[in-house]
Amino acid sequence: MSHLPDDLLYTEDHEYLRKSDDGTWVVGITDYAQGELGDIVFVELPSAGDAFDARASFGTIEAVKAVSDLFAPVQCEVTEVNAALDDDPGLVNGDPYGEGWMIRVRVTNEADLDGLMSATEYGEHIG
Amino acid sequence: MPLPIESEQGFTRRHIGPSDSEIREMLGVVGAGSLDELVRSTVPASILHEEDLSLPEGLSEPELIERLRELGERNTVLRSWLGMGYHATHTPGVIQRNILENPGWYTQYTPYQAEIAQGRLEALLNFQTAVIDLTGLEIANASLLDEGTAAAEAMSMAAGRVKGDRSTFFVAENSHPQTIAVVRTRAEPLGIEVVVDDAASYEPTDDLIGALVTWPATDGAIEDYRDFAERVHAVGGYVVAVADLLSLTLLTPPGEWGADICVGNSQRFGVPMGYGGPHAAFISARDEFRRQMPGRIIGVSVDVNGDPALRMALQTREQHIRREKATSNICTAQVLLAIMAGMYAVYHGPEGLKRIATRVHDLTRTLAEGLRRGGHEIVHEVWFDTLRVRPSGGSADDVIDAALEVGINLRRFDDGTIGIAFDETVTPEDVDDVLAVFAGGGESGPGAREIASALDPAELPEPFRRSTPYLEHPVFNTCHSETEMLRYIHALESRDLSLNFSMIPLGSCTMKLNATTEMVGVTWPEFGALHPFAPVDQAEGYAALIDELGEWLCEITGFEAVSMQPNSGAQGEYAGLQVIRAYHLDRGDAQRKICLIPSSAHGTNPASAVMCGMKVVIVDVDDEGSIEMEDLRAKAEAHADELAAVMLTYPSTHGVFEEGIREICDLVHARGGLVYLDGANLNAQVGVARPGDYGADVCHINLHKTFAIPHGGGGPGMGPICVNEKLAPFLPGHPVIPVGGEKAIGPVSAAPWGSASILVISWAYIALLGREGARRATEVAILNANYMARRLEEHFDVLFRGKNGRCAHEFILDLRPFRKAGITEEDVAKRLQDYGFHGPTMSWPVVGTIMVEPTESEPKAELDRFCDALISIRAEIEQIELGIADRDDNALRNAPHTAAVVTADTWDHAYSREHAAWPAAWTRAHKFWPSVGRVNNAYGDRNLVCACPPVEEYTGIA
Repeated sequence: MSHLPDDLLYTEDHEYLRKSDDGTWVVGITDYAQGELGDIVFVELPSAGDAFDARASFGTIEAVKAVSDLFAPVQCEVTEVNAALDDDPGLVNGDPYGEGWMIRVRVTNEADLDGLMSATEYGEHIG
Repeated sequence: MPLPIESEQGFTRRHIGPSDSEIREMLGVVGAGSLDELVRSTVPASILHEEDLSLPEGLSEPELIERLRELGERNTVLRSWLGMGYHATHTPGVIQRNILENPGWYTQYTPYQAEIAQGRLEALLNFQTAVIDLTGLEIANASLLDEGTAAAEAMSMAAGRVKGDRSTFFVAENSHPQTIAVVRTRAEPLGIEVVVDDAASYEPTDDLIGALVTWPATDGAIEDYRDFAERVHAVGGYVVAVADLLSLTLLTPPGEWGADICVGNSQRFGVPMGYGGPHAAFISARDEFRRQMPGRIIGVSVDVNGDPALRMALQTREQHIRREKATSNICTAQVLLAIMAGMYAVYHGPEGLKRIATRVHDLTRTLAEGLRRGGHEIVHEVWFDTLRVRPSGGSADDVIDAALEVGINLRRFDDGTIGIAFDETVTPEDVDDVLAVFAGGGESGPGAREIASALDPAELPEPFRRSTPYLEHPVFNTCHSETEMLRYIHALESRDLSLNFSMIPLGSCTMKLNATTEMVGVTWPEFGALHPFAPVDQAEGYAALIDELGEWLCEITGFEAVSMQPNSGAQGEYAGLQVIRAYHLDRGDAQRKICLIPSSAHGTNPASAVMCGMKVVIVDVDDEGSIEMEDLRAKAEAHADELAAVMLTYPSTHGVFEEGIREICDLVHARGGLVYLDGANLNAQVGVARPGDYGADVCHINLHKTFAIPHGGGGPGMGPICVNEKLAPFLPGHPVIPVGGEKAIGPVSAAPWGSASILVISWAYIALLGREGARRATEVAILNANYMARRLEEHFDVLFRGKNGRCAHEFILDLRPFRKAGITEEDVAKRLQDYGFHGPTMSWPVVGTIMVEPTESEPKAELDRFCDALISIRAEIEQIELGIADRDDNALRNAPHTAAVVTADTWDHAYSREHAAWPAAWTRAHKFWPSVGRVNNAYGDRNLVCACPPVEEYTGIA
């Protein structure tokens, strides 16, 4: 059973959002997602300042035998990217909710947050 | 009773694995009274081809050789100094006999099972290293199909990486004509405008994707492109160089004067011209392109024990994973030929290569000096081995005709000049012959030796002279005696499992017998030594062979016309869809761009469709792997006005003869679309059903599957397309040698008949089997698969069967139930290595399964042995399921077991060494040892190294 912290919001695309004290949100993929993908070998991320509509692709994540798009969970603007993933994409496998985070964003349409799932709902989603 | 004096050399019984009595026994197991009854209970009655194919009677092997000799004698091998990317070469005997003519090398499969493929992986790493060193760039792949398509791939790479919306690609006008044409063919459907012009005067614009220059140029000119590269970079474009590997031993590498990508043909590194191929094209690039690089890249990783191990890296770039988002559709490459070129570099080493290049250059200097003395003009100032000459007095035609009289092909330029491209086979006497030809019967002055004795050794001028060393790795500085070379080649060969050890039952890959008699003609000079652009009257034997093979392929598939150009199945798909596109455009239906593709299709299908500017719409398949008719109907209807084509594989990728195939074809035709048939599974149809009869409009044929061209460890291949009357006018043309239909699309390959020399193999295959043998092969391929499926069904779930519970020529075993025991398909495949087998196709077309295709060539004993191995592995899994074997520390999870591991002083596993290494009785008699433990895939992708690492890190050299 994969780990599902209670304090996060989740998407159907297996991403999570965590609110920071400064009002920005950190986005990454869930423990379940990294487990399904297997060893992550490359994460392609946008640049700070890039803006995305909800559900637009903001990057890609590559495992040995699979590649997936990363989708913006909400309409947002990127304020910071996790540069550590360039050197060590395995952080996503080892610590998806911590050092394996991907982007920090400013949410530009708060209403989009309403459509996201709680840990319980996401747990049901992945069965 | 007459005496039995007729030949007993019939070949069919040699090609077919099971004997007649075994076939009877196996028919009993699968519950069929005869082979014919088996076929009738397997193939839908609506598509059965009831008549005999109109093919000749099979020849005996001696008769075949006789026939081939006659054809060979009708080819005239002259000295062809036509250049354009093809040059005569001395194939070192040790390489010819021990690699090109050695089934231990040429019957290998693509190195997906890295642990039993370390030999060719090392050989390919050598090739990549040589390319990286010589071109002065940072990464290289393990070969592309030919120089023309490599140039087109470079354009796509640049387009995939360039910033902003750009649509122009520049090609220098002094590039090879076929390269320009192949790039144009590729660019057009993608909406890229190709500008062909003089690089010196070209002003790059802001919408430039990149610019391609050829160095040395097609007429031999060597120009300084440093400023040009700066101008291209200044507008944000990329520079592509088409280069010649031998010249780069003397010339500044393109990576040092601003090229971002470099491509070319490695043929002159010891690979026969073969009337167009096969040879390996190379591609190298700056590191920033690592995720845009097409094709297979060999990378260094580590195995489970932490020892260095090689593997195919970054496979997520490739079509089988990325599908319609892939950067290229390339799948099969030119592995065998890349290995030969790499070995040529190993054998000669940096000094030997430089000696060869210098000698070729000096002979060219000698010729230039002699021609100048004769009053002829050498057009360019700086050149390596190719001169453009303006003859004084008589016309170019007179000179070219006179050359022909003495057995020399020279190149004719439109402006009355002549091209002469020298190579390593040229002698001083050859130079004398050219001088005499130019003298036109008059006094030709001093001979080559006299001229050369008066010339000083001189290097190329700055800035063209190379100063950077190359090939410094020990692998290129060790094996310069034939004894060492022979042992190195053998050491690598012995690490690789090939068909001469055991069956390679790869679903969808048809690893059948590549008979020796089918192979022998390839290296005869009458077939091997022809330049692809030699006048066609010098290749009458080839023409007859290609015509005959074409007729046979059309008869087998039920079509009207054929193009031999495509060099792989994926390229066949691309060519076929381009032809469909041209058909729609010709009818004014430019909007027809929708290509329906079942979700179960091979990844090359969507990748090829996108390359042809089509939009892919995925059609659902049902639980049996067959197309959902309702979904197909709905999508065809929804896109009726834009429907271009449907791409089908038959029998389906799930190994089933779908009953509704005719209905599917009719449904698409009714809405104006055409039917592309992927011929990957043609081995289940020859003589039994014909795509052209049941509704396909075009079909590619993997000659390297169904028609016995060996797989070569991942190439060569051939993917000719057969088409009906509607599409025949659009078959691809060629700018140098006229081929194709009257409304031909541009060439899809550099050479007019693709890799012509290996057409000899498929021609021989059909000629040997003949009408009856060809059908018999299909019948037994179906029998072998059904026999194995029947034997294995008590132990595994066999998925997706067609009518009467029959599979076609391959079947899928479901391994997903074993996940509960912690066992995956990969564990089973790796454990099979311990039993001496190459694993079947894994996780395709269904994740968590394996797909087994035995082919007709495997004898019953081998089928049984493979079944026994799988049944034994099933018992090992049961031990885990029952808790008797440890869930984590068991022989499957730790497989494969190397000799080093099982003989180490420490052994701390929960099972015995004996169980690890000798799991079946036959392994005692004949054991194949994987040379490394299970390879760590993630490590290699996270740390890409695609050149030979320093020796202290890597002790792969024998």
